[in-house]
Amino acid sequence: MLKDVSFGQYYPVKSFVHGLDPRLKILFLIGFIVAIFLAKEFLALGICAAVLFAAILFSRVPIGKVLRAVRGILFLVLFTAAINIFFYQGERVYWNGPAVLLQWGIFRVTQAGIVFSAFLVVRLVLLVVCSSMLTYTTTPVALTDGIESLLTPLKWIRFPVHELALIMSIALRFIPILLDETERIMNAQKARGADIGSGGPIRRVRAIVPVLIPLLLSAFRRADELGDAMDARCYSGGKKRTKYKKLRFSWRDLVGVLLLAGVIAGVVLMRFYPVFPL
Amino acid sequence: MKALEFSDVSFSYGEEGFALKKLNFSVEEGEFVAILGHNGSGKSTLARLADGLLTADEGEIRVFGELLTEKNLFDIRKDVGIVFQNPDSQAVASLVEDDVAFGAENVGLERGEIGRRIDFALRAVGMESYRTATISRLSGGQKQRVAIAGVLALKPRVMILDESTAMLDPRGRKEIIEVVRKLNEEEGITVLLITHFMEEALLCHRAVVMNRGEIVMQDAPANIFRRREELLTYNLALPRIEVLCNRLREGGIPVTDALEIETLAEEIAKCVS
Repeated sequence: MLKDVSFGQYYPVKSFVHGLDPRLKILFLIGFIVAIFLAKEFLALGICAAVLFAAILFSRVPIGKVLRAVRGILFLVLFTAAINIFFYQGERVYWNGPAVLLQWGIFRVTQAGIVFSAFLVVRLVLLVVCSSMLTYTTTPVALTDGIESLLTPLKWIRFPVHELALIMSIALRFIPILLDETERIMNAQKARGADIGSGGPIRRVRAIVPVLIPLLLSAFRRADELGDAMDARCYSGGKKRTKYKKLRFSWRDLVGVLLLAGVIAGVVLMRFYPVFPL
Repeated sequence: MKALEFSDVSFSYGEEGFALKKLNFSVEEGEFVAILGHNGSGKSTLARLADGLLTADEGEIRVFGELLTEKNLFDIRKDVGIVFQNPDSQAVASLVEDDVAFGAENVGLERGEIGRRIDFALRAVGMESYRTATISRLSGGQKQRVAIAGVLALKPRVMILDESTAMLDPRGRKEIIEVVRKLNEEEGITVLLITHFMEEALLCHRAVVMNRGEIVMQDAPANIFRRREELLTYNLALPRIEVLCNRLREGGIPVTDALEIETLAEEIAKCVS
């Protein structure tokens, strides 16, 4: 079950999207998230989805892998959808039939509610897909370099930009290792008769403690070992450091910038001049 | 020239007594030394002291004649590389080439040189075709070879393997020992192999046995393995091939201490025919 968590993992192939400048991809993600939140109608989300879909195709990351990322937040998506279906107050009629489809106490299912929660579901899925696309197509080192480069202005106020970026990339690298470890510890506890994953919520939470403590201990031990290994390889912060991989802006990046600018401009325009408003 | 020299070095981790007691020990440049010992014998402490990850309570440590101090730590670490035990907690980056580049980046080399060092290091450990692979998908032995490459990219003159084979399967262990032997023979790198697997000491020039913070035996591996009873008192077992030789002799087949499978096979063949 834990193996399914694919957030933050790199998918190693060569592609147009993999070759893009990480700074651009980070900006693209931020711009995209803004666009998704600005979108007020299905058409605008549709444009975002189309661009995202094209990006997935050009990245050669299998669709199934991308959808796996959605599975991680499936509960959140369903929960949001359910809440909105039952409590949305709109009265608009979208298709032939009564505006209120079902009324039961404070629960009210309306046509507008169904449409609106569908809209939210699409929005959430797009958000998750575009963020996981960033990590699928960008190595943690490239991501670090990108963040470091984008945050360079903060160095002026002596903010430890390099260190922060390195911490983030190490955190990403350790996700699969710690997941493996969790599974191992859980299996070890189960083998000794621990009952994980059954009983009421309080019992379940209490069952996590004997997993969490060894996991934390081992994470600290690993941090120690990694620190030694970094020390032994002459790490001494960002000062005298050089970079093997230099970030360079190429024609692909220009294509990306233009595309992004187009999408954002389109979505913003549609906010003020809606085509098919909800 | 002496690559490493410990004079009267003592170290303790606090109240639990000494991890090292007045240790005197040296390694010649180009030598391949195995340090054997049971858990808690002080062998890892020795490695950490040599790289300046720990500071000695007493005594002096010299690396190529230069006294190890707080000030020259950074330069000493360029000369003395160390590979640790756990293949999963040494890599900083996710991709092989990014991780191998890490050390070279830290010392401020220019890009072209870093590229050449990556080429050299990956070729030396036989991982050149994995340059853009994801480290988490490699086998344990491959991960450790990448860790060795990461150290090699700094072009160290001494390489310490601190139980680097302990968490590997027999195949991974063999891979690592093969790589290390090659580095010693072809690149002339001084190797300090810390292990509790007796088999791994067979190939080295000198074996050092440690027990409770002291060096208790120091000789060519063949001579060390002849002292079976003494080894047992330090909780060390003989390599399987030694056990076989002993059994053969007891059974009346006069083999010498061959220590290598091929030569032993030839001797047995001679005796039989």
